[in-house]
Amino acid sequence: MIRLESKGEPSRLFSYLSPVLAMVLTVGTGALLFELMGKPAGPSLYAYFIQPFTTLYGASELGVKATPLILIGLGLSVGFRANVWNIGAEGQLTLGAIAGGALALAFYEVETPLLLPAMMIAGVLGGMAWAAIPAFLRVKFNANEILVSLMLTYVALLLLSYLVHGPLRDPDGFNFPESRLFHDSATMPTLISGTRLHWGAVLAVLAAGAIWLMLSRSMLGFQLKILGDAPRAARFAGYREPKLVWFSLLLSGGLAGLAGALEVSGTVGQLIPTISPGYGFTAIIVAFLGRLHPVGVVIGGLTMALTYIGGETAQIEIGLPAAVTGLFQGVLLFYLLACDVLINYRLRFGRRLAIG
Amino acid sequence: MDALTLLLLSVMTAATPLLLAALGELITEKSGVLNLGVEGMMIVGAVCAFAVSVSTGNAAAGIAAGAVAGAAMALIFGFLTLTMLANQVATGLALTIFGIGLSALIGKGYVGIAVAPLAKLHIPLLSDIPLLGPILFGQDALVYLSLLSVLAVYWFMKRTRAGLVLRAVGDSHEAAHAIGYSVIRIRYLAVLFGGAMAGLAGAYLSLAYTPLWAENMTAGRGWIALALVVFSTWRPGRLLAGAYLFGGITILQLHAQSAGWGVPSQIMSMLPYLATILVLVIISGDRAKIRLNAPACLGKVFHPAQ
Amino acid sequence: MNDNHNDPSTPLLELRGIRKAFPGVVANDDVSLSIKHSEIHALLGENGAGKSTLVKIIYGVLRPDQGDLLWQGKPVDLAGPSAARDLGIGMVFQHFSLFEALSVAENIELALPSKGEGGFDRAELPDRISEVSAQYGLPLDPRRTVLDLSVGERQRIEIVRCLLQDPKLLIMDEPTSVLTPQEVGRLFETLRRLASEGCAILYISHKLQEIRDLCETATILRGGKVVATCDPRQQSVQSLANMMIGETPLKPERPAGRVLEKSNRLEVRGLSLPAQKAFGTALKDISFSVRGGEVLGLAGVAGNGQPELMTALIGEVLTYPEAVRIDGQPVGRLGPRRRREAGACFVPEERNGHATAPDMPLADNGLLSADRRMGLTRGGWILSRARDRFAGEVIQRFSVKASGIGAAAKSLSGGNLQKFSVGREIAQNPGVLVINQPTWGVDAGSAAAIQEAILALAAEGAAVVVISQDLDELFAIADRIAVMSEGKLSRPKPIGEVTIEEIGLLMGGIQGEKTGATV
Repeated sequence: MIRLESKGEPSRLFSYLSPVLAMVLTVGTGALLFELMGKPAGPSLYAYFIQPFTTLYGASELGVKATPLILIGLGLSVGFRANVWNIGAEGQLTLGAIAGGALALAFYEVETPLLLPAMMIAGVLGGMAWAAIPAFLRVKFNANEILVSLMLTYVALLLLSYLVHGPLRDPDGFNFPESRLFHDSATMPTLISGTRLHWGAVLAVLAAGAIWLMLSRSMLGFQLKILGDAPRAARFAGYREPKLVWFSLLLSGGLAGLAGALEVSGTVGQLIPTISPGYGFTAIIVAFLGRLHPVGVVIGGLTMALTYIGGETAQIEIGLPAAVTGLFQGVLLFYLLACDVLINYRLRFGRRLAIG
Repeated sequence: MDALTLLLLSVMTAATPLLLAALGELITEKSGVLNLGVEGMMIVGAVCAFAVSVSTGNAAAGIAAGAVAGAAMALIFGFLTLTMLANQVATGLALTIFGIGLSALIGKGYVGIAVAPLAKLHIPLLSDIPLLGPILFGQDALVYLSLLSVLAVYWFMKRTRAGLVLRAVGDSHEAAHAIGYSVIRIRYLAVLFGGAMAGLAGAYLSLAYTPLWAENMTAGRGWIALALVVFSTWRPGRLLAGAYLFGGITILQLHAQSAGWGVPSQIMSMLPYLATILVLVIISGDRAKIRLNAPACLGKVFHPAQ
Repeated sequence: MNDNHNDPSTPLLELRGIRKAFPGVVANDDVSLSIKHSEIHALLGENGAGKSTLVKIIYGVLRPDQGDLLWQGKPVDLAGPSAARDLGIGMVFQHFSLFEALSVAENIELALPSKGEGGFDRAELPDRISEVSAQYGLPLDPRRTVLDLSVGERQRIEIVRCLLQDPKLLIMDEPTSVLTPQEVGRLFETLRRLASEGCAILYISHKLQEIRDLCETATILRGGKVVATCDPRQQSVQSLANMMIGETPLKPERPAGRVLEKSNRLEVRGLSLPAQKAFGTALKDISFSVRGGEVLGLAGVAGNGQPELMTALIGEVLTYPEAVRIDGQPVGRLGPRRRREAGACFVPEERNGHATAPDMPLADNGLLSADRRMGLTRGGWILSRARDRFAGEVIQRFSVKASGIGAAAKSLSGGNLQKFSVGREIAQNPGVLVINQPTWGVDAGSAAAIQEAILALAAEGAAVVVISQDLDELFAIADRIAVMSEGKLSRPKPIGEVTIEEIGLLMGGIQGEKTGATV
């Protein structure tokens, strides 16, 4: 029997140590899992965690995958602090991709440097519009934003599927459910030639800085933290919850939409039925792994990006199913949540004394 | 069988997994625990039921495996939230992400295999009564189980002392602890029941509804089940009505697609999700009603030390 | 258990050398006491003296680290509350252990053994409840939901649920803090009757007069240790207080020569508000006004609309503009921040989570209500140096014991957090201060400091409203007093013109001859 004993004051040490511990445990579990599946653990772990770094392209892919994860994770972490649970970032990303992509296709023949910024703005607005629905329904009708934003994710994916099967399908594409490839003026330039790393990575770092400033220095960030920590104290102070709910959802929706627009213009280059391999969901883990702190989110984003790339490499090299990635991500979050208990409690093993 | 009978039968079939999973979650939530991992438990239940059913050739073994797998998933959730005091929302999400990954891994070798759909009862004479016969006497075992479960859950909560204790723990864990009930143990049991029911719902999907395994085959049904619990205001009778309403919407959109009304199939497929949002909005708008019926401790962490 | 252990010379319950420590604090240290059959035994001590921990040990909720419990002369090891109940120990909690969504009968059933283990049949229980409640003068309807019931009725549920188990020892934890003086009288009758029928009573309180009226023996705890055992009837209130606090209790001194201003600084006119929560209290046509330099006391039993009035005054719930005026300015439709700008500050009852954010450092908690009045922000950005300076000032001026401005609010003791919450508002030098239960659950030293700070603020010309259940406190600091009952407010009267009995009647909802609900 495990008993928990309160430490009184939360431990700073463990709030930093817990993510590291969780990652170590996840790698250990991974090794065990590989052995159980009859794959030697050493080479598998090498393929998963080390091999991606052996080439410039592999390393740059880390940035490619981390960019959307960081952007979305930043927005989510702000909302989670305020107890606003936006779980539908995948849908908001999809809407951002649709909005940005549709703009690129609408101005298919036009060559202008304004197109890219316009696509990004369209992406942000698309994501915001999608997030505005759960915001409105929560503020006005008290509807749970977890369920609403999640349901809207399914709707968004179906909408994208409809568009690439119908109105936005490439007229010369032999009926494949794909749009035309974007022109150069709708494609995000790369940072390093020979890789897919694009300017979106810079945007993600800038966004992290801005969010950090907002959370640590502004009254708005302070109000969000109070709303999450002690909602009654927020009412006592006179902070307006509806305003903060709107802000959290629009911010996270906008950033997810931006990530979507960046994906189609920087990485994919066209609209296809599946834009993201679940970035919107993985970003939830990124936010928690990063302790809901912007710097942590950047680190968490890079870590989770590694699980995607490692998953792909492992799939090719040793024939592991792609699903292992999701499995690892879930396990990592489990360990993290379990290790977090050490921030506030001491573990005691043995029989419980008082009745439980 | 005439068209109406077929339609009603298909509505029941579509409603059954929702009903099973939502009933389990209802009990879990009544004990004060919010498990958002229904989708994850359901899909692991689906793949385990399918795998065991294929390898043993025994549907009953498959169903049992589904329930056990769902309960095992719930055990992870219970350990993290009840023993390790983790945040229930975050843990539920992790359970879903994990479950989808795990199910894909387990199901890798089973994609594209078909099994015989779960056997329907056939009682001579009774099952042959027009319209009512097949509906009342010609379903598979899980449909009856789901309906019996509604009655059992109602009876349990209203009439038994254990049900009273469950409601008490969900209403105030401090008070329950103070008069000597083991809050954690009761919540573990409720969480495990919720997991087993979600596993059964998954088993129904992969063995009866569409007797095959495909990745992500639950397609959000776990989340819809969660919404149904809110819609029911935690009452089994209303849950039954809600599940059948959703079964109806699902079948309606399928029929509309095949009838070719000119509406793209993707748009029709959005219907159940949009209906879920609509239902949530209608029910949640009445804040007083939600507050009156929702278990007061829902989602709150309980640490019994002091 | 009616066996030969009922020898009256053996104590019913004896504690020997009980010790219980929590991280950072020893709650009970070498505590010994013994309770005789049919005795009404007081356990007396200040907040934080270790009374609650000790009764939890007796009721099996906690286990002692050291020491023995003897029941009728035999050592016992209580594995849990049900073991205590099996022995014949019943307990009425201070914060009731009731289930609000369940009915009276269901609440009682939960605390009884099930039918197979000697409990009652579900179907018979309502009749048994009515029987016992009639027998002891504790009227209760078994079918009603607890949510609908008043605090006094809720206490009756707890008592009836103990009585149904024929207890030999009944523990009452601060039972009168929620009752009117008249209800207290009736409760004492019930308790005396129980004692005369052979049930011992362990009565926990810090109210000295009550203990002198009711109890035969008193065990006095201070700092977790037994400091005295005596017959309270032979003691004066003063001598009991000396034993409990260890020094003469501090009485706030009213600054002499206070001048009341002519104009009303706070004016409430015809404030009505429907109940905000299911079964909350609706406010009905509340009117009062407070002049500069004056302290108005609002008495009343808990659950008669005090928190509702507080939220309406803070501005957490909005009414119509003229319902509340601050220095003449109608603010009824303005939120808390605008009301603070208009000159009012507030201290709500719950310091943990309402007045402060428990996990946040004191520096941030200072910012919570003082950002605008003290100029701690500019253009939406936090001025961190000003923020830290303000929190530091509050800590210093009001002698808040904390590790510094970085200490989380929840790490402070109740008294120190209350001093911080009150100090934060007084330091803003408001023209109007509204404060709910200023010294609830606070040690005597802090309580006196808080009361003095309130009086000093009034002396500087502020209008102060003090909402309190503690009549002694109101008589000590208020100039005028009014009573809240079922959402209505009686006409305020100068403190010299009313007696405690009169106020008690008003608290019970009985309106005096001239006391209309409104002025």
